[in-house]
Amino acid sequence: MGDARLEIDRVSKRYGDVVALRETTFDVRAGELFGFVGSNGAGKTTTMRIALGVLAADSGEVRWDGTPITLDTRRRIGYMPEERGLYPKMKVGEQLVYLARLHGLSASDAERSMLDWTERLGVDGRRGDDVQNLSLGNQQRVQLAAALVHNPDILVLDEPFSGLDPIAVEVMSKVLLEKAAEGIPVVFSSHQLELVERLCDRVGIIRGGEMVAVGTVDELRSGGAVEMVVDAPRAQPGWTDGIAGVTVRSHDGSRTILELTNGVDDQAVLTAALATGPVHEFSRRRPSLTELYRNVVTQEDKA
Amino acid sequence: MTTPGHDVRLSSWDAVRLVAGREVRTKLRSKAFLIATAATLILLIGFALVMKFIGGGSDATVGFAPGNDALAQPLEAVARSLGETIDTREVSEDEGRAQVADESLDALVVGSADSLRVVVKKDIDDSLRNSLNVLASQLALNQEIAELGGDPAQVSAAVADATVQVEPLEEPFPYDGQQLFLGIVAGILIYMSLLLNGQLVAQGVVEEKASRVVELLLSTIRPWQLMLGKVLGIGLVGLIQMVVIGGVGIAAALALDVLTISVSTAVGTVIWLVVWYLLGFLMYSLLFAGLGALVSRQEDVGGVVSPALMFVIVGYVIGISVLPSDPDNAMVEGLSLLPVFAPTVMPMRLAMGGVPTWQAALSVGLVVILIPALVWLAGRIYSNAVMRSGARVKLKDALRSA
Repeated sequence: MGDARLEIDRVSKRYGDVVALRETTFDVRAGELFGFVGSNGAGKTTTMRIALGVLAADSGEVRWDGTPITLDTRRRIGYMPEERGLYPKMKVGEQLVYLARLHGLSASDAERSMLDWTERLGVDGRRGDDVQNLSLGNQQRVQLAAALVHNPDILVLDEPFSGLDPIAVEVMSKVLLEKAAEGIPVVFSSHQLELVERLCDRVGIIRGGEMVAVGTVDELRSGGAVEMVVDAPRAQPGWTDGIAGVTVRSHDGSRTILELTNGVDDQAVLTAALATGPVHEFSRRRPSLTELYRNVVTQEDKA
Repeated sequence: MTTPGHDVRLSSWDAVRLVAGREVRTKLRSKAFLIATAATLILLIGFALVMKFIGGGSDATVGFAPGNDALAQPLEAVARSLGETIDTREVSEDEGRAQVADESLDALVVGSADSLRVVVKKDIDDSLRNSLNVLASQLALNQEIAELGGDPAQVSAAVADATVQVEPLEEPFPYDGQQLFLGIVAGILIYMSLLLNGQLVAQGVVEEKASRVVELLLSTIRPWQLMLGKVLGIGLVGLIQMVVIGGVGIAAALALDVLTISVSTAVGTVIWLVVWYLLGFLMYSLLFAGLGALVSRQEDVGGVVSPALMFVIVGYVIGISVLPSDPDNAMVEGLSLLPVFAPTVMPMRLAMGGVPTWQAALSVGLVVILIPALVWLAGRIYSNAVMRSGARVKLKDALRSA
């Protein structure tokens, strides 16, 4: 058995004159939850469609377990398209069985799996209803069931959380974590960055068709400047002037928000602060993914 | 670590079969389909019953007063020679007049042989008047012959024998009225079937596009498998419908003696109907599937398939308006060999009879040759257009892009 990674390797795609993807490269490891973020039109959906073979890449390769993906391996992917879609006039149960069978399950396996997933996702009472008669929330659950019903070995979900109520978000999160814990690579795109930060092992930020950052949230943080909050009530303005690489970002009451460029010793800052009098708070501020994302995206804009 | 929990190999045939199976199940369960089929069957059987009721009786019933009932036989004979059927019965004059008044008799013949009078309610039917006039002139002729000393019976026998010998250069096909009728019914059936089922294919393609389920489907099967499965599934249901309607219709007509053609001719008609339905459906529905993929909304289906639909309609209209009165029409004969018109025109001609074997074989052969080309063409349009939602995809773009 290989490492069961899903690799997107230098994939490029143009629509006429518009470059949708430029050598986009990242990988999703087995057992990992990978968050794929980027603004609208950055290329998330295009990347996922190429991985699923719904769209053909101009160049580059998608590999699973070290070998290029074929139609047969694609059937092991559970996919939730951005454009949600099921047959509106087909019953939930029948529809899931049909989709499972199209992914190669036998009739009895498909039936069993449908029963299992509708129950786990709380739509077992709606098996006999047409999809069009379901609430939007339940339609989303059925859509997730459609991605899971063939027991996939890879999960690719495009905006799985959009339009979900808080309870459904919890259900979805739980399922994704469970699937990752089973040892399969899970990649999903989302605009809900807090959620991505909370759930994902690693994150990839795409901008204008290029991956601009890939790594754990901590790794992404380490690349940027460090922010510190110091609460020294008696400090006079300019108390940090003597320390190289430190700039004052703002003041918040008696607190000073500082930015330390990479490699500056925070203990020097503490010494300087103590020299002004008592220090009530001295902490590193960990930028959230939202802030990191904003930085990455705006930095690129300036460039 | 992950281990494949199942065998994910799905052969092309399995994929096509699954898609077709879904179409068949969905359609057989659709109320609209079941009602339409039942209604057609009831109409056909009802029609056969009505035909029996009308056709079983005679064209007119004529009463004869006791004095001239000897004329009943001659009138029936005269009517037969003019292609009419007349029933006769003997009634007293008063009773006869009453029956004419309540319309259980069409006419009552009174008076004597040398001055026949006919009592009718208001007006006399033209063909009945004709028969009676011929009868009257024959009676007058007989009287003259008898007066001249001749034997009327001998004279009429001699007259009856004197016919012109016809020498045809080409043996004409003896078209049978019933088979002409059968041809018309075959034409209507195949036309309705192509029209309805063909459009169902286009609508099905658009349904998948409009509901976006197509993206999910195409992540596991290829576009051509989806397209072919849909065409075969809907085609199979249409075939069952055609066999049931055609079979029940002809069986009812034969059982009720409305049709008196041989059983082998009847079976032949149904078989040709099925063959041409299959060929025509495959040909047109592939085209409809490709064209349907160009649009994303049900409202646009009509517009996009109408150019192809025109061929079905034109073929049918020409066939149905020319063939019944002129089964040998050279233009229609030519059209029935062209693949675009063959599925609608040829089955009508075949049901009417008299199609040379080479023509039947040639028209089938041409369509069979055309189908692989259509599979390729429709498959190309379909796979290029089916993932592009939004505005209508230009045919040119769908053909060009790889």
